[in-house]
Formats: sequence, structure tokens, C-alpha cells
Amino acid sequence: MTTEQVNPAPRLDNQDPDLFGQTPSQTVGPFFHYGLPWKGGADLVGQSDMGARPELFPEDHYVLNLAPPKGPVSGEVITLEGVVYDADGKPVPDAMIEIWQANAAGRYASPDDARPDVPLDDGFIGFGRAATGEDGLYRFKTVLPGAVPGLGNGLQAPHIAVSVFGRGIIKRLTTRIYFEGQDANASDPILALVPAERRETLLARRQDGAWRFDIVLQGAAETVFFDI
Amino acid sequence: MSLILPYAREDAGQPPSLHAPYASTVARSPRQPLVTIPHTLTETTGPAGCWETLMGGSLADLTTQHKGAPQGQRIIVSGRVLDERGRPVPNTVMEIWQANAAGRYIHKKDQWDAPLDPNFTGAGRVVTDDQGRYQYVTVRPGAYPWGNHHNAWRPSHIHLSLLGPAFATRIITQMYFPDDPLIEIDPIANAVPLPFRQRMVSRFDIETTRPNWALGYLFDVVLRGRDATPTEDDHDD
Repeated sequence: MTTEQVNPAPRLDNQDPDLFGQTPSQTVGPFFHYGLPWKGGADLVGQSDMGARPELFPEDHYVLNLAPPKGPVSGEVITLEGVVYDADGKPVPDAMIEIWQANAAGRYASPDDARPDVPLDDGFIGFGRAATGEDGLYRFKTVLPGAVPGLGNGLQAPHIAVSVFGRGIIKRLTTRIYFEGQDANASDPILALVPAERRETLLARRQDGAWRFDIVLQGAAETVFFDI
Repeated sequence: MSLILPYAREDAGQPPSLHAPYASTVARSPRQPLVTIPHTLTETTGPAGCWETLMGGSLADLTTQHKGAPQGQRIIVSGRVLDERGRPVPNTVMEIWQANAAGRYIHKKDQWDAPLDPNFTGAGRVVTDDQGRYQYVTVRPGAYPWGNHHNAWRPSHIHLSLLGPAFATRIITQMYFPDDPLIEIDPIANAVPLPFRQRMVSRFDIETTRPNWALGYLFDVVLRGRDATPTEDDHDD
């Protein structure tokens, strides 16, 4: 007498139609430096190695390519920098910051921005990536973005979209950098959604020839993060 | 007047930023409520179709980056990148990084006493084809201990980073392996509630497995999708 062998029901996994939906976010962890921030990733306009932390792994294990040369860009070249802080005011040495922005004319280098009347810069993509240093500091070289369309007929003030990743950050945090002193800030439709007393956490300020934008993950001066 | 085709918001399968069993989240997650904003051109655009210019060419075989073959079980990981309506996301980049077969990262701050492998870095990059498909070759990463709590071990996992077509679709995740008992007790995987946690578990696949060469695993990545119809926002106040 033999009994038929029956396999147990398969465990639910990634391929089950019943589970189909957004892939969940997970932390970038502390050991991403040889895999994500490539040399030059934080220099959106020049040929420097900014953005990577090659001292954190042996040289022959740098397999990410050097970013190809960038072309000339129009507009004002700026340095954008700041420190990422945790709840205790300690710098975060294993965070990774990404930026996405329009060029000086206010055009995104994306198929989804198809406005033919606003010029693109051939050598400017507008995406950057930087690992923070042991001092929690990130630094980008880019251009001051132009104003971009907002809601309805309005414009948005010049701004840069920011993603924050890091050990202890399970899910990307998103924020925006606006620039202190821009008249357009007063009528920006996204800033208007932020409680007035917290808006200044979204303003970069001029400091020592750079635009300074600290990111405070938690606490009294906590940066405004968005649900997008 | 600008026509904006917004992306869907995050679904129930996304983890919270604060998940106390993963201790590092306690001081690194915001306490103020997030400010919900509508999608503008900033959120619906992103770098797309320019990967080589942006970061360099594809690195689809992690086992041939050095003089010799790496130690460990060679595997092929294959799948698709889709949006949540099931449509393929073509020509999009997926970045990959992982520990070696012993569970050790090439990173200098990984001081666990497991051997480094001079023939394995653990970093790669693939771009999806016109049907959203990708494939890469690597070795199965080992589990490793970490300091989160007493006797804490991370399950075997491969880190994945995708940009997708827009700022709104950006995701960094981890792919796990089937039948790994460590998943059940891992605070990072468990930040994602069941059953959604299982979306991060790959499936062994005999069709992807290549005879006498490598085991195959399937893993689809699902990005936020666009709503069906554009919304014309004419609130001009």
C-alpha cells in the first residue's frame, strides 16, 4: 500500500499573483559605498571625483565606472553642501543623498518633460548622488535650477528634490531644497503646504561661498519631509 | 496649464520609518508628520534612458570582475521590472550590491571574522530590456551577524537600487532567498508586515537554472505606477 506523496502548498513569494504590488523599501545599510556612489556622482557639471568614498574599500574593488565627461552648462554653478544629523545631533556618516533638479532654464532632462520651448543642456542631466563623510557632510557641485511649472498656471520657485538614504533609514525620506532670498518662494505652491514655522528647514542659505542645507532627521530642528 | 500624470501613492506593503526592533531607526526617523504634496513635474520626471552617460555601462556578471572565480554557489537572478499595473518598465537601471559567499562585505567597516574573497567585489548594474527583463550572475551571499541585538543574524540578501522613470518611483530594497529561516527573525525584513514581506522573497526556478553551471532565481521588482487618467489641475489660486 503506497500513499501518494503530496507537496505542501508553496510558500508565498515574489512570484505569487496574490501578492503582486509595490516592492517594499529596505534600508541601504552601512556597506553601500562600493556599490552605489560612483566617482563624480556628486559633480553634475565638472570632472571631479566628488560623491564617492573610495577609502572605504580596496582600490581594486572599485568597479563602478568613472562618470563620462559632462558638457558645458548654462547658469550659475553652485556648491551645495550640508550635514546630516540624527536625533541626538550627531552627524550621520553612513547616509547617501540624491538630488534631482531642472537646469538653469527650468527644464528637466527627462522624457516626461517634453516642453520644446525650454532648452536642455546637452551635458547636464540634473541627477546627483553623494555619500556623507565621517563628519556627516555631503557636497554637490551643480547649477542653480530655474523655476519649473507648478500646479495650474503657476510656477514653482527654484528647488531641488532630495532623497535621503542611510543605515537606520528603512524607507527613503524625501525633501526639497529651496534657496533663501528667492522672491518666488513666497508664492511657491509646495512651500505653502508646509506649516509656516517649519518652512525655513527647507531653505538653503549662503555660507562661505556655498549653499548650506543641513538635514536633521529628528528633533527640534527636524527637516520637513514629504509624503509624495 | 500643465498636465500632470501622477504616480500612485505608496501601498500597504511599505514599511514605517520607525521600526524599533531595528534599533538604528529610533534616532534616524522623523517624528513630525510628513507633509503630503501633490505630484508636480519635479516628482513625475527623473533621469531615464541615460544610464551610460550618468553612471557608466552595465556590470551584469559579478563573478568575472577579477582574475579568478569567486568562492561560493554561482547563481543567476532573473526577473522583470514592472509597474503596479503589471506593465513592463523598459530601459531602467537596477544597481546591485551584496556580501560574498561567506557573508562578508568588501567594505572596510565590515569587521566580521569571515574571509574576504579577492575575486569578489559584489557590485553590479543591469538595465532592463524593452520588456522590462533583466538578468545577472553572482554568487549566493552568506548570512552574517550584526550588532542589533543578542545573536542577531541577517538573512542572505542582495541589495537592489532602482530609479525607475521618475523621482516618485525611486526604491531601494533587498532581495531574500526562499526557505531562509532567518527572515522570520530579521527586524529589517520584518519592518514590512506580512504578507507583503514575502514580496521580497525570490523563488527558485529550474527553468532559469543552467545545467552544470548555476542555480536560477526569479525576482520581479514592482515600482509605483501611474494613475489611469491625467488630472488637469486648474486650481489657480
